[in-house]
Amino acid sequence: MTPASHASQAAPAAPPPRPIVQVERIGKVYPGGVEALSDLSLDFPEGQLTTLLGPSGCGKTTLLKIIAGLIEPTRGQVLVDGQPVSGPGPERAFVFQDFALLPWASVLRNVAFGLELRGLAKGEREAIAEQQIQEVGLKGFEQHFPHQLSGGMRQRVGLARALAVDAKVLLMDEPFSAVDEQTRRKFQEDLLALVAHQKKTFLFVTHSIEEAVYVSDRIVLLSRRPSQVTRIIEPAVPRGGDPDAIRRHASYLDTVETIWRGLKHYVD
Amino acid sequence: MSTLITEQPIAVAPRPWTDHALLHPWLLRGLSLALVLAAWEYAGRVPISPAFPTFADTAAAWLAMLQDGSLLRALWITLQPLAIGLLISGLLGVAIGVAMGLNRLTEWFGAPIFIVLQSAPLAALIPLLTFAYGIGLTSKVLTVCIMAMPVIVLNAFNAVRHTPGSLLEMGKSFLGSKRQLILAIVLPAASPVIFAGLRLGAAAGFIGAILAELLITPTGIGDIITYSQSIADYPAMYAAIATVILFSVLFIELLEWLEIRLFRPDQRVPR
Amino acid sequence: MQIGRFRVPMMASLLIWALLWEIVGRLGLTILLPPLSAIAGRMAEIVPTPTFLAAAWITLQAFLAGNLIAIALGVPLGVLMGRSVIADRMLLPWVNLFLSAPLTALVPVIMILFGYGQTTIILTVVMFALWIIVLDARAGVRNIAPSLIEMARVYGATPLQAFLKIHLLAALPEILAGIRLGAIRAVKGVIIGQLLVSIVGFGRLFELYSSNFLMEHFWALILVLFAVAFALAEGLGYLERRVEYYAAARH
Ligand SMILES: Nc1ncnc2c1ncn2[C@@H]1O[C@H](COP(=O)(O)OP(=O)(O)OP(=O)(O)O)[C@@H](O)[C@H]1O
Ligand SMILES: [Mg+2]
Repeated sequence: MTPASHASQAAPAAPPPRPIVQVERIGKVYPGGVEALSDLSLDFPEGQLTTLLGPSGCGKTTLLKIIAGLIEPTRGQVLVDGQPVSGPGPERAFVFQDFALLPWASVLRNVAFGLELRGLAKGEREAIAEQQIQEVGLKGFEQHFPHQLSGGMRQRVGLARALAVDAKVLLMDEPFSAVDEQTRRKFQEDLLALVAHQKKTFLFVTHSIEEAVYVSDRIVLLSRRPSQVTRIIEPAVPRGGDPDAIRRHASYLDTVETIWRGLKHYVD
Repeated sequence: MSTLITEQPIAVAPRPWTDHALLHPWLLRGLSLALVLAAWEYAGRVPISPAFPTFADTAAAWLAMLQDGSLLRALWITLQPLAIGLLISGLLGVAIGVAMGLNRLTEWFGAPIFIVLQSAPLAALIPLLTFAYGIGLTSKVLTVCIMAMPVIVLNAFNAVRHTPGSLLEMGKSFLGSKRQLILAIVLPAASPVIFAGLRLGAAAGFIGAILAELLITPTGIGDIITYSQSIADYPAMYAAIATVILFSVLFIELLEWLEIRLFRPDQRVPR
Repeated sequence: MQIGRFRVPMMASLLIWALLWEIVGRLGLTILLPPLSAIAGRMAEIVPTPTFLAAAWITLQAFLAGNLIAIALGVPLGVLMGRSVIADRMLLPWVNLFLSAPLTALVPVIMILFGYGQTTIILTVVMFALWIIVLDARAGVRNIAPSLIEMARVYGATPLQAFLKIHLLAALPEILAGIRLGAIRAVKGVIIGQLLVSIVGFGRLFELYSSNFLMEHFWALILVLFAVAFALAEGLGYLERRVEYYAAARH
């Protein structure tokens, strides 16, 4: 069974969702001459979760930061909602690979920080932050400081901070990389629920093929630096059932296998 | 540029010492203090030099000066140029350093000057200050300022310049304005190194204050030192020196305590 | 700084300051600040004189002797503190005390004990340089990977061998950092010592020039001293970076 047939299975008769983020012929050369991306074009459909999967150092973070408006591309442009990106905007929120928490601020203030910068009153932003802290399972840690948390807990603070600003597009750079397996699975369920219930678009980076297949509507496979799209896969994994059953489902296992075969040659 | 690296203590990896009751920190510190004082007493009894009083005599002189109030009066006088000088160099120095860290043009103009001054023996300027401003308070304040300023400026500059890039990026991604980024990210991130600079500046300022009192006109503690030396009252001289050294160390500890209490809530909880 | 595509070297701004100095000096606003050109002329005039050379020589001697003593005492002491808990706990409070103490207050004591001469100045230099050397050597030793020390034990190194071949070399980057910072402090120490003793070396020249209002002479001397101190700090920093390059392989 080829991925293409998965895709045709998955595609219903409904018109395809419109692309909310459009990456047009992006190239990025870092000062010093490292060419991270070259002539990369990619659309991200609204309301879906698209995963970027590729070898370490291939430019996933770079691409995400260009979309976020944090890095200027050397060539090409990014459109969000049809508008060219010239910097960060309120419709996009970023979950950082290295968490980027303020070491001198409590969990509460860290989570509320995006809202603080938007000028929300203290009471208002802390109410929202408390809500999100509860969502990511950190209730009771509001007054702790980052250095008192484990890596996974810090990551969840970063996640809560991005969720708190209620952006349409969430750019998540390996958001579950440091959490334990149980929490990771819980987060994957939460993420699926978020995608299902909210009209948010997710751009997700992960190194785990299983995770990508489990949570994604689309998986973009990237080649080594300078990055190119080698393939786009739309896993036809049944949703909304028993998670363990899904993980044993034939199409889930097949897709994992296909991707693994596609990426295997990067290992050597 | 090497001199941009200002004088920072090198981080030491904590090592799990195997703790034995006999190795208890306070026991060893007490023992060490006792040993040094005993050696002082012994050297004074020998005596290794007619100008070397015993510890007991020094302590007695210290108590006497404490009782008649002369020691505290002298400290108070020494403290005046010191406090004024440190206040000026602290405010001005941090402002200049932060401005240099935020603005390339200011950096280009200012940094070389302070880099040169940091390695320079600025004490050589004291005769000039005396010549220009006489032997009064102004000269002493300025002495404290020139000694304390370079390290304060350069630490503030380096701290601001080396704000973690990922925090700045985070602030930008959440649409922080330049002003917000400076107030909510740059300055708090820089504050530990800025405070380290203030402590180093305070230590340098003390050196300057005492030097001014010894070189320009004997006042305060400098007066006790010079006067008791001239009448060969060595116990009083040693007591005054020990007092000012202890005082400066306590003062710098107090700065650190204040910093942690006021500015670093995260440092108050145990790591 | 950047002007268009052209990078203006940072130290170039010193030229602008020099120009400002010249202008202020020419305007004759204050006799404290003679024009820089006049100072430069005076510099060329006094540097070759025997008085200046003698002062420079005696200052250099004090500086070198003080530094050597401080290194010879400080490095072994720091290594000892890095290795032994007992030594560390007993000595560290004193090292920290003297590191931030106003050492100028101790110079009068050195003066009455050792006289108004070169010995006092050398000891002042030692006092200024020693403590940072101790502290950095200690930090260097404590940052050595424990496996390296266990390796030496396994291969039966004697304590002397371990000191020379493991501790000294593995902690070299930190030790050199300490020596550089010590040398910068020593420059300040030697001038402070000479100012207080005031009959030796540059101390005597400062006294002579300032009491006779010879501002050009005075500034010439200051600028020479500052330039030498800066060159020394930069030179040591350069050496240290070369060693750090080798040290990067440690990790
Ligand atoms: N600021 C920078 N300056 C120069 N080169 C950089 C910079 N940031 C990244 N690079 C280079 O660009 C390439 C892509 O980096 P990027 O961080 O985007 O990779 P990544 O796919 O996110 O990797 P990982 O999966 O390990 O997080 C890498 O080879 C890296 O060395
Ligand atoms: Mg990455």
